This record gives sequence, C-alpha cells and structure tokens, in this order.
Amino acid sequence: MTVLLIVLGAAAGAPLRYLMDRAVQARHDTVFPWGTLTVNVAGSALLGFLAALPAGDGVMALAGTGFCGALTTYSTFGYETVRLVEEGARFHAVTNALASVLAGLGAAYCGVALAQAVA
Amino acid sequence: MTDRPIDPDVDLHVPAQRAEVSGGVLAVIAVGGALGALARYGVQTVMPAGPADFPWATFWVNVPGCLLIGVLMVVITEVRRAHRLVRPFLGVGVLGGYTTFSTYTDGVRQAVEAGAPVTGLVYLVGTPLAALAAVVVGMWLTRRIAGVTRAWAK
Repeated sequence: MTVLLIVLGAAAGAPLRYLMDRAVQARHDTVFPWGTLTVNVAGSALLGFLAALPAGDGVMALAGTGFCGALTTYSTFGYETVRLVEEGARFHAVTNALASVLAGLGAAYCGVALAQAVA
Repeated sequence: MTDRPIDPDVDLHVPAQRAEVSGGVLAVIAVGGALGALARYGVQTVMPAGPADFPWATFWVNVPGCLLIGVLMVVITEVRRAHRLVRPFLGVGVLGGYTTFSTYTDGVRQAVEAGAPVTGLVYLVGTPLAALAAVVVGMWLTRRIAGVTRAWAK
C-alpha cells in the first residue's frame, strides 16, 4: 500500500515540477533558474507542513515521500548551478545555491509554523 | 551563452523544448518520477535514521543523483543526439523523482528540533557542496570518456 501511494504521489509531483518550471520560465526570460527554485521552495513548505501536523503514514507516503519528493529535485538544482558557472554566470550560480538552500529551509519552517497554527 | 540548456528539466531557451509538451512527455515523466521515488524509498528503507542522526539515506540519494544528471546531460547534449523522450524520462522523471530537495530541508529541520544543531548544520552545508562536486565529477568523467573536447569554462 505504501508503495502504491508513493507511486501515485510521485506520478503527480514529477510532471507538476515540469509544468510549473515551464510556467515560471515563460514569465521570466532570464538564465536564473526561478522555476526550479519555485518548486523546491513550494515542496519544502508543504513537507514541513505535513511533518509538523503530523500527517499519518499514508498521507506522508502519498504527499510527502511521493508528491513532495518528486515535485522537488536536487539533481536539477545541482546541474543548473554548475552550468551557470560554466556559462560564466558565477554570481547567478552562487545566488542560486544560497537562495535555494536558505529559501527552502525557510519555507520548511513556514510550513511548520502554519501547521502549528492550524493544528 | 551556448545552445546547451541551463535547466535540465526544461529550458525554454532551447527551441525544441518550447514545443515539446504533450501527453506522451508528461506520461514518461510521471512513470520515471514514480520509479525514481520508489528507488529513493528503497534507499531510505535500508538506511533508516532517527531525527537526531545524520540523514545518510537522503544524502546518498541526492549526491549520486547529481553525479548521474551530470553524466546524462553531457551524453545527450554533447556526445550524441538522444530520442526526444530520454531527457523527460531519465532526467525530469527518474533523477528528478529520485533526488529530493524537500526531504533535504526537512532533514535539517528535524536534526535541529531533535537537539542536534551541529548535525543539522553539517548536513545543511555538506549536501550542496557534495552534490555540486558530484555534478562536476559526472560531467568531467563523461567528457573524458566520450572524448568531448569542449572547453570546461568558456
């Protein structure tokens, strides 16, 4: 059952990352990876919220491990940061690394605070 | 700026990717994402950790995942022309579903809340450093093996 819930959550999260990334890029014509930053921050906030509720095992498998896990990505973040360095956009690369880590962590704590406020 | 993408998921600066959205592309991303997430769950199952422990499972998901995206992207953008579904399936789907940013940030938070702030800080800083190094190693090794002569920095 856990496996099925993870599959369902991830099968929604991964395409949503792709579509959100496209939607953000379509509105911001820049090399800075706003799309990936957006999904990683959003997913971090949602997982923080779920973990602090705390949500049950089934919800965590579906929405946490599956959906948030697949919505967010480390490989895309890592590759694009290195590519920015390759292209000579070092400031963008450093900003992307710092902003992703700090905004992701901040978003997780915002999710926790929201869960504590509504629980 | 070269013609190679910055964002490996989708980069609208690459003309072919502007028009690639279709049911088939979204389907292979969904299937790949599910496979990647299951693999991640498998690693987390065999490497369980308490909230105050260093989250080795997620670390060993994200760092090798970064090495593999470096390998994949060099192969399909510099070595050979790949089928149009290879990047959506393997890059966006499998590796995107395998690696996770949300579990990383949650791991930092859990360590801090469990009274292990040093562990949390080491994990917070160590993961991106190791992940970026892994991307560089993956790209460098693949270029070496494939004999790609493209300059590392332009």
